Amino acid sequence: MSQLTFARAINAGLRKALENDPKVVLLGEDIGMLGGVFRVTDGLQKDFGKHRVVDTPLAESGIVGTAVGLAYRGYRPVCEIQFDGFVYPAFDQIVSQVAKLHYRTMGSVKMPITIRIPFGGGIGSPEHHSESPEAYFTHTSGLRVISVSNPQDAYTMIQQAIASDDPVVYFEPKRRYHDKGEVDEAADISTALSMERARVVTEGKDVTLVTYGPLVKTARDAALAAKDEGVSVEVIDLRSLAPVDFPVIEASVRKTGRLVITHEAGQYGGLGAEIAASITERCFYYLEEAPVRITGFDVPYPYSRLEMHHLPDLDRILDGVDRALGRPNSLSGLEG
Amino acid sequence: MLTEETGPGHPTNGGPANGTGSTLRTGGNLVQLISPEGERVHRPEFDVWIKDLGDEQLLALYEDMVVIRRIDKEATALQRQGELALWPPLLGQEASQIGSVRALRDDDFIFPSYRESGVAYCRGARLTEIVRTWRGNALYGWDPHRIKMATPQIVIGSQTLHAAGYGMGILNDGSDNVTITYFGDGATSQGDVNESLVFAASFQAPVVFFCQNNHWAISEPVTVQSHIQLADRAVGFGIPSMRVDGNDVLAVMAATRIALDRARKGGGPTFIEAVTYRMGPHTTADDPTRYRDPNELEDWAAKDPIKRLRTLLEAKGALTEEQIAAVDRKADQVGADLRNSCITLPDPQPMDVFEHVYSTPNSWIERQKDHYSRYLASFSGSGAGGSGSGLAEGTQEGGVR
Repeated sequence: MSQLTFARAINAGLRKALENDPKVVLLGEDIGMLGGVFRVTDGLQKDFGKHRVVDTPLAESGIVGTAVGLAYRGYRPVCEIQFDGFVYPAFDQIVSQVAKLHYRTMGSVKMPITIRIPFGGGIGSPEHHSESPEAYFTHTSGLRVISVSNPQDAYTMIQQAIASDDPVVYFEPKRRYHDKGEVDEAADISTALSMERARVVTEGKDVTLVTYGPLVKTARDAALAAKDEGVSVEVIDLRSLAPVDFPVIEASVRKTGRLVITHEAGQYGGLGAEIAASITERCFYYLEEAPVRITGFDVPYPYSRLEMHHLPDLDRILDGVDRALGRPNSLSGLEG
Repeated sequence: MLTEETGPGHPTNGGPANGTGSTLRTGGNLVQLISPEGERVHRPEFDVWIKDLGDEQLLALYEDMVVIRRIDKEATALQRQGELALWPPLLGQEASQIGSVRALRDDDFIFPSYRESGVAYCRGARLTEIVRTWRGNALYGWDPHRIKMATPQIVIGSQTLHAAGYGMGILNDGSDNVTITYFGDGATSQGDVNESLVFAASFQAPVVFFCQNNHWAISEPVTVQSHIQLADRAVGFGIPSMRVDGNDVLAVMAATRIALDRARKGGGPTFIEAVTYRMGPHTTADDPTRYRDPNELEDWAAKDPIKRLRTLLEAKGALTEEQIAAVDRKADQVGADLRNSCITLPDPQPMDVFEHVYSTPNSWIERQKDHYSRYLASFSGSGAGGSGSGLAEGTQEGGVR
């Protein structure tokens, strides 16, 4: 076991993938000499060469489009999109090519491409550097979408993503890059929890709180705070956003009867909407209250001095927990 | 220097164009080895690349062009009769397709657009594989790994980036393979095509960018896409280019061989502009009479790729009446085979809609599949996809096909 920051843990996972499979290649902007703007690929070009860790021209569609060609040739490309808000030039290649080629060729052509995207806010950045675009991708059939919340998962799940024969969009919570955690670098990715599985990270019996990525830490802190008030919150780290591991949420909601979902992304048509709808369909008679969503607002990501109003924090999540419990909360008295 | 220097074209300054708005200036820089009248034009720097082609090889190229024109004609007819939902005709572009594909090695990989049915045929795609996409029986035609050719790309220009990436893979492998990508004049305006030229140049990837300038992107003439000749664009990317008569199978083959040779020897990408003409509509859903001057069609009919090779061969005494008849018989046979295999294609089964979304089981899709299977079964009581279910069959007929 070693203490690694989130960023170093991904770096270690990438290193292991590069060592284990000569077909793994990394593509991205500034990922070579610089080691990426967040240093996630630090030292990898030096150790594996410019043909394995490729500094590309500044063109996101080009990064993903050439990854498709490399996959045709038998490679396992790992693309780094520098920031969430810069993925849109590559959207067409991701949605129309990466996601659909397996279906289009009836399984003849595999697209084992991993697309790493640092996402989410909380770092005081200018526009385009703090977005949460995951719902665009979870809505796209053919993609697997995952998000990690701690260094150990970051380490194992990046390797699982690369090993997957399906394309995987891997969302990294950039505001957690410097958080440290225990990482077992000897962990075997084939016996580790599958990247499709959710995990109960805090057990509880009164309310189910579902989240992923950067808000897992916030949710756990909220659970701790709720405990002081005698409320037992069960926190579920989704890990996989597409597909969602519904049985884990169902089991929890059957126990608690109450559901809160929180994410930084906007609410309308978001992941929380799907989870609320699906759990309502599947667990209707177990629910004591309507599911509650605590999310970013449906506004463009605001300027950084306002972002703490936009991002769900511990107090807003606890307010949601109160709503789910039918206790007095900020919306008490409002109908509809 | 093998690279053809192309002078700057300008769509408004006249030149020997056809007097219509669709043609960029065509100067004397066009590489042409067979004139429209069927006379051999000698260009030593290009002749050397096709000097191995004897009468037998020329006859084979003639046969290829006749056969793919016949495939095109049959497929167009099948669409008119309701057997295909859509068809993108290749009429007029036979020399561009045959001259280029026949220059490749079998292990060179092709990234086509949606109009390269003739290329696919030469690569060994089965006739059903060529038409089933257009019949709606499958999203794809063939197994790309089997014939070393990606399936038709419908998003304009996307495939050029795939070729650039594939070329980067060839470099990593240390192989002498080359990849070729086909795209049209309209595609040159796409960001992906421009990005692919940047990537290929930056990494010196072994890619042949084969642009069939057929003068029309549905209703938009090439002058909407560019104010200079398309081949000149490559210069800005640091990529050598050639501008060839795309209705001249020998010129196309010579240029493609030059590009392939350069790429195999580590010389990086080449851009070829094959100047040709889309004699038919964009697809069978299009009506070119709304936007195209019929005189232009007449001018290009006089430059027909098959007629000029046939004239050349006949003048040499290398093509007899019997041989012409034999080629026509073969083409008719291929046309008949295409028709029969197309109309007897089995319909897909309703539950096929869920297949191959992912390479491994996916819990969300599995659930939908299970639910739909129960829904279908609810009409027959005999299980999913079973026969005898009126509505299930109706779904198959109306929904899938």
